[in-house]
Amino acid sequence: MNTLKNNLKSAFLILLSTFILTGCSDDDNPEVVIQEEVITTLTATLVPVGGGTTITFKSLDLDGKDGPNPPVFTVSGDLLADTTYNGSMEILNETESPAEDITEEIKELDEEHQFFFQATNSLATFTYVDFDSNSNPLGLEFTLTTSATPGSGTITITLRHEPNKSASGVSDGDITNAGGETDVQAIFPIIVK
Amino acid sequence: MKYYILIVACCFINIVHSQNCDSRFYGEVHDFHDGSPIIAATIYIETLDKYTTTDIDGKFSIANLCDGKLIVSVSHLGCETKRLDIQISGDSFYVINLEHHIEELNEVKVEGKTIKLTKTSQETLLKTDAIERFSAFSLGDALRQISGVSSINTGNSIVKPVINGLHSSRIIVMTNGVRLQDQEWGIEHAPNIDLNTAGSVNVIKGADALAYGGDAIGGVIILNPSNISLKDSLYGKTIISGHTNGRGFSLNSSLTKTYKKGWYIGAQATMKRFGDFEAPDYNLTNTGLNSKGFSVKSGYKTFERGFNVYYSYLNNDIAILKSSHIGSIEDLVNAINSQQPLVVEDFSYTIEAPRQDVTHQIIKADFYKRFKKFGRLQVQYDFQNNQRFEYDIRVGDDRDKPAIDLTLKTHTIRTNLKVDSKSDRTYKFGLNVGYQNNFANPETGVRRLIPDYDKYDAGAFAISDFRLSDKTNLNFGLRYDFSRIDAKKFYLTSRWEERNYDTDFSNIVIDDLGTQLLTNPVFDYHNISASAGIAYKINDNDSFMFNYGLSNRAPNPSELFSDGLHHSAARIELGDLRMKQETSNRISGTYTYNRHALSINLEAFYNHISDYIFIEPTGTELTIRGAFPVWSYNQTNASLLGLDVTANYKINEHWLFNNKSSFIKGRDLTKKQALIDMPSFKTVNILGYSNKKWLQLHTELQSELVLRQNEFPDNNFDVYIPTIDSEVLLDISSPPPTYHLLHFQSDITLNISKQTNLNIGLNITNIFNTSYREYLNRLRYFADDLGRNIMLQVKFNY
Repeated sequence: MNTLKNNLKSAFLILLSTFILTGCSDDDNPEVVIQEEVITTLTATLVPVGGGTTITFKSLDLDGKDGPNPPVFTVSGDLLADTTYNGSMEILNETESPAEDITEEIKELDEEHQFFFQATNSLATFTYVDFDSNSNPLGLEFTLTTSATPGSGTITITLRHEPNKSASGVSDGDITNAGGETDVQAIFPIIVK
Repeated sequence: MKYYILIVACCFINIVHSQNCDSRFYGEVHDFHDGSPIIAATIYIETLDKYTTTDIDGKFSIANLCDGKLIVSVSHLGCETKRLDIQISGDSFYVINLEHHIEELNEVKVEGKTIKLTKTSQETLLKTDAIERFSAFSLGDALRQISGVSSINTGNSIVKPVINGLHSSRIIVMTNGVRLQDQEWGIEHAPNIDLNTAGSVNVIKGADALAYGGDAIGGVIILNPSNISLKDSLYGKTIISGHTNGRGFSLNSSLTKTYKKGWYIGAQATMKRFGDFEAPDYNLTNTGLNSKGFSVKSGYKTFERGFNVYYSYLNNDIAILKSSHIGSIEDLVNAINSQQPLVVEDFSYTIEAPRQDVTHQIIKADFYKRFKKFGRLQVQYDFQNNQRFEYDIRVGDDRDKPAIDLTLKTHTIRTNLKVDSKSDRTYKFGLNVGYQNNFANPETGVRRLIPDYDKYDAGAFAISDFRLSDKTNLNFGLRYDFSRIDAKKFYLTSRWEERNYDTDFSNIVIDDLGTQLLTNPVFDYHNISASAGIAYKINDNDSFMFNYGLSNRAPNPSELFSDGLHHSAARIELGDLRMKQETSNRISGTYTYNRHALSINLEAFYNHISDYIFIEPTGTELTIRGAFPVWSYNQTNASLLGLDVTANYKINEHWLFNNKSSFIKGRDLTKKQALIDMPSFKTVNILGYSNKKWLQLHTELQSELVLRQNEFPDNNFDVYIPTIDSEVLLDISSPPPTYHLLHFQSDITLNISKQTNLNIGLNITNIFNTSYREYLNRLRYFADDLGRNIMLQVKFNY
């Protein structure tokens, strides 16, 4: 009985020490995961054809897709009715310093990207200006034409990664069948006057 | 067996020499456990065909024997028969110890009789036949046969058992004596078990089986390997099945060699391959499965001592319904509102993202020894390696990278001591220590949902079983568990602040990387569990059992640390560092009625769980990529109340009727509303016909009725959809409607030779190809459940 107890005791001690030894061996900190291809900022610059005030739309979300803070959408001013604007996009990753320009990357991989534009209350229409090597629209350059009647609503700009550009309506700018992954979705409140 | 002994006896008879022939063989027969004399044991000298029996003091004597070697078998009612080589030279005295406890024969059993593990718990045993029918399916599918056990699914290949409404970390799965550690916290993490490795499965409801762990608030599932016989033998079986739904097959084969001396060696392998499954109206694109597993075992088993070594490997590559991949909350709204899968393609065996590829390996070695007049001591070491990859639909350079890459390594050492020298009481003591390491590979390029951590466990328990009389059994158990989790976790600074961790946990920040913080949470948990049970047999027909169980469960890594977008689910999952452990108080009562043709088993329970941890949808979070639904882990006080019914009625020699029903009601006592994800009322009626004369034909028609879960919390919320500029209700809560399915099973057995038989089974599930969705299937938002399947299974025993 006694030997049994002793056996048990020593077995337990050996086990315990094995664990303590293995448990203490590793004090290294894990490697941080920096999300690749983080997009924090979308800026659309709208220059009225024939002169006038340039309007910028900006979506800024510094904590990206995982963070709790919502993106901030800012519009620099009101759009004029019945006006055509030449639009251009800038996409940045501002978590890095200096900020990484994602615009160039999108241009290089133009077949894998497409912007989509939607306006509520028929406040604006959009046309693509730039195209990828398959002559499908890209949308880094675009025109925005406001309606003749004033009003207010929203403009939604969506950047899709790997959309199915040959699906029905997609090359005309209809997002419904586009699929792929949303990289950016920005909703700007606008006033047309 | 007897035949065999005769042969051996015949071989030895020639060796016996005849010299001095007036020697006496005398001695005593004792109980191995307590040393008490065994009265009326039979002493049979095989070589001479002579008998005697022991007297009231356990003594015996046989005179007029020749010197030399004798083969003696000593037997007694309720004992393991013992065969001995005896050397006679003059008057020879021997003490023979017999094993007196029939339930202990588990260890060195000759016949494959399976037994329950507890005397006072709500326990159900699934025998080999019942398991073999599910050879091509999962553990979760097989356990649904038990009243009160349901499953929570992600599609049809990822099936987690639910016992009385509780699942995941609240259930302990023991396989071959090893507590499975396979990241069981998530709903989409099914137990990594090949059901074919088990000879029987015991399911114990509630936390009464303290020997396995103190945190099994839901219950314990114990998979036991088939028993090893102590004879020279080579046996095996092969099960092959083909399936129309999924156009799949499954193949399982095993072979075991045993030796009379106690040595054995065995191996088993399983392969399963399925393509896309089908709902009644469409293909479930990307739902295939590719599973491969094998195990080898060897060891030496006798009554007094033995050891076992075991290794198992299982790899499951499981495709997840393509339509369940959603890019934004708008996709989710569209999926729920359209009630149609977004992607339906032609049948294919291809397994694409989203998919999971999980490999689980177990190495185990154990040793046991029995001490005379004392009990049995067992020491076991096991190591488990769980490698989990989850692949999502990713774009660009990350396309082929997994989104989740976790390696979980667990070492456990346990010792058990069973003191059974007194026949009316047994004591069990146990100690276990464990070390676990989780490594989340940063190469995924995705922030870790589950962090790197080290976990240390230590536990000790004492259980006593008393037999007060032939009618009454009592059980008491007490257990203490310590666990420490030491994690290294990165938080986004914005999340850290949003959760107010900067005020409560500022001391655990070890590095500030600007947008991210590295923290070192270390949490200790002390858990005490206790159980008490009584079983009372009123007469041969009626018996009662009552049980009380107290158990604690420490929060798991997912409940503590989750933060961020879970890509495969397109939802933001948030744990909480402030989680406390859950405490469950469960009382249960069982009544068993058994008369001639009718047997009824009623199992009722009430489980009060303080600080019950659950995940529920709590709204949306807007990010640069659009809005995502947020699922948060919360704690509340909960109560679960339920009744499980099993009834059998033998109409006549051939016909049998069986009913299994279970009802459960889960309440959130704090919010005074229903608990989320509770199984709804289910009743299964079976009409069976069997006829031994017709090739042992057995057929049954099963009706499965599952009512709509009418008690659920309303977690619906409005979602702004920019493309249509309006708020739309996201109905994430409403359970699907009632459904009724019919199934058919039949099988015949052909005896090819004395040791070889062939069993052919035909099973049809969902005969009428009914479209339905199940509340506890996470993919119910996206597609219907499985349509009809016709399965042909051939089982060959040799």
